[in-house]
Amino acid sequence: MITGNLLWVLAGAILLGIAAGLNGTFAFLQKQSLVGDAAAHAALPGIAIAYLILQQKDLPILMLGAAITSAIAVYTIQWIVSQSKLKADAAIGLVLSVFFGIGIVLITLVNQSGAGNQSGLNDFIFGKAATMAKSDLIWLSGSALLIIFMCLLFFKEWKLMIFDPVFAKGIGLPVERLRILLTALTVLTIVTGIQAVGVILMAAMLIIPAAAARFWSSHLGIILVTSAFFGALSGALGTLISSLRTGLSTGPIIVLSASFLFLISYFFAPTRGLLSKSRKKKAFKQRPVTREAMEHE
Amino acid sequence: MNALQVNNLSVAYEEKIVLKDVSLTVPVGRLTGIIGPNGAGKSTLIKAILNQLPNKKGSIHILERALNPKNLTVGYVPQRNAVDWDFPTNALDVVLMGRYGHIGMIKKPSSKDKQIAMDCLKNVGMEAFADKSIGQLSGGQQQRVFLARALAQQADVYFMDEPFVGVDAATERTIIAILKDLKSQGKSVFVVHHDLQTAPEYFDWIVLLNQSIIASGPTEQTFTKDNLQDAYGGKLFFMDQRGD
Repeated sequence: MITGNLLWVLAGAILLGIAAGLNGTFAFLQKQSLVGDAAAHAALPGIAIAYLILQQKDLPILMLGAAITSAIAVYTIQWIVSQSKLKADAAIGLVLSVFFGIGIVLITLVNQSGAGNQSGLNDFIFGKAATMAKSDLIWLSGSALLIIFMCLLFFKEWKLMIFDPVFAKGIGLPVERLRILLTALTVLTIVTGIQAVGVILMAAMLIIPAAAARFWSSHLGIILVTSAFFGALSGALGTLISSLRTGLSTGPIIVLSASFLFLISYFFAPTRGLLSKSRKKKAFKQRPVTREAMEHE
Repeated sequence: MNALQVNNLSVAYEEKIVLKDVSLTVPVGRLTGIIGPNGAGKSTLIKAILNQLPNKKGSIHILERALNPKNLTVGYVPQRNAVDWDFPTNALDVVLMGRYGHIGMIKKPSSKDKQIAMDCLKNVGMEAFADKSIGQLSGGQQQRVFLARALAQQADVYFMDEPFVGVDAATERTIIAILKDLKSQGKSVFVVHHDLQTAPEYFDWIVLLNQSIIASGPTEQTFTKDNLQDAYGGKLFFMDQRGD
C-alpha cells in the first residue's frame, strides 16, 4: 500500500496541484489557458533535444530543455498574433501541433537510437508519477513551492493587471514585466508537471481546477484557495489510483479526477451551479402574481 | 500654475493620424470638458496624457512636471467597457485598487487604505454594495465604483473617459456633484464628454478637439456656435438654445 516512496510522490503531486491551481487561475482569468496548452505540448521537443545533446536524463536538464522550447512556443504565438492577421486560436493551434509534431519525431529518433526504450522519455507524453525518483521529486517540489510563493507574492499586482491593465499602468505598475513574469511562471508550472502528468494533459491541471473553482465564488482569494484545493485533490487522487493499478499513466487519471470535481462544481455549486440557477429560474416563474405586478401591466 | 500643458502632441496608429500637433494649456482648479465628434481622438489624448502610448511626438506636463511612469498626482477613470466586469472581485476591492500606487508593489493594503476605500465608496453612495461582486452591479453603479477608485487615488489631477455613458440620471447627478466638489477643493478634473447639451452646464473650461485643437478656454469663450461648427463640421445638428 502506501510505501515511503509513494508518500513522497503524493506530496509532490499535491504541491504540483496547488501550484497549477494557483497559477492556472491567473492564466484562466487572463484567458491564456490555451496558450498554456500549447506551451505544454511544446515542452516535448525540448525534452528530446536536451536528451539528444547531453545524453542524460537528469530531470533538471530535461526541464531546462522543455522550458526553452515552451517559451519559444509562447513567444511564437504572440509574435504571429502581433505580426499577422491570424487570430490567437489559429496561432495557438498551429504552434501547438508543429511543436508537438517535432517532439514526437525527435522522441521516436531517441527511441531508435542506442539508448533505446530505456531512456524513459515516452513517460513524458502521458506522465508517470508513481515511478519518479526521490531526487526528481525534490526538483518538482522545490519548483512547485517557488510557483506557490510567487503567486502569493504578486497576488495584488496580477489581480489589477488582469482586471484593468490600463489603470495598472497608470499608477506605475510595470505591467509588461508582470505579464512576462506570469507567462514565465506558467511555463515553469508546465515544466514542473510534465514528468508526473505528461505534456499532453498538463494544461488540464492549469485549466480544470481554475474553471471548477470559478463556480464556487466571485472572490478571487476564495477562487484561488478552491482551485489550489481542487488541484491538490486531483493530483493526489490521480497519483494514488495510477500507482495502485500499475500500467495506468498518471496524467489521464489526474485529469479524470479533476473533471469529476469540475462536474460536481458545474452542477452543484451554490449560486453559480446549474441546479441552483434552474431552481432560481423556476422560483421566478412561479412567483405569485401580486397586485402591484398586475397594475404594472 | 497649469494643471496640464501639452505641446505639439501628435499620435498615429499605423498609418492613421489620430492627433495632429495638439497644444493646449489648462490652469489648475478647472473642471474641463474634452469635447469633439467620434474619432476626434479624445480617448487617445487621455491615453497619451496618462503615458499609455509609447509612439507619440511632443511633450506633456502635468502640474508643471514631465510625465513619469509613477505619478501619484494623477487619477484616472477609464471607460466602463474597458474592463471585464465578470472578473471575480467586489466593489470595495476595486476601490482599494486606487490605493495600490500608494501601497507599493508586493505590500498589502493597510487598514487605513481600507478605511479610505470605504470612505470613497460612501462618497459615491455605494457603501451598501461594498461586498457585492462587480458583475452584479448596474452600469451606473459600476461607474460609481470606478469614480470611487479614482477618489481613493487622492490625486490632484483627474482624467475621466466618458463617465456619463450608459448611466442612470441619479448616477449622472452624483458624479457631477462629486466633480464639482473636487473642483472646489482646488483639484483639476478633465472629462471626455460627448453630450453638447449638458457640456456648458457641467464644465467651466472646454477643449474642442477634432484631431487638432479647435478651441481651448473658458466655456463662455469657447463654447460658441462657430467653434462647434468647426469641430463637428456638417455633422452638427445641435440647436443653440441658450438665450442669447
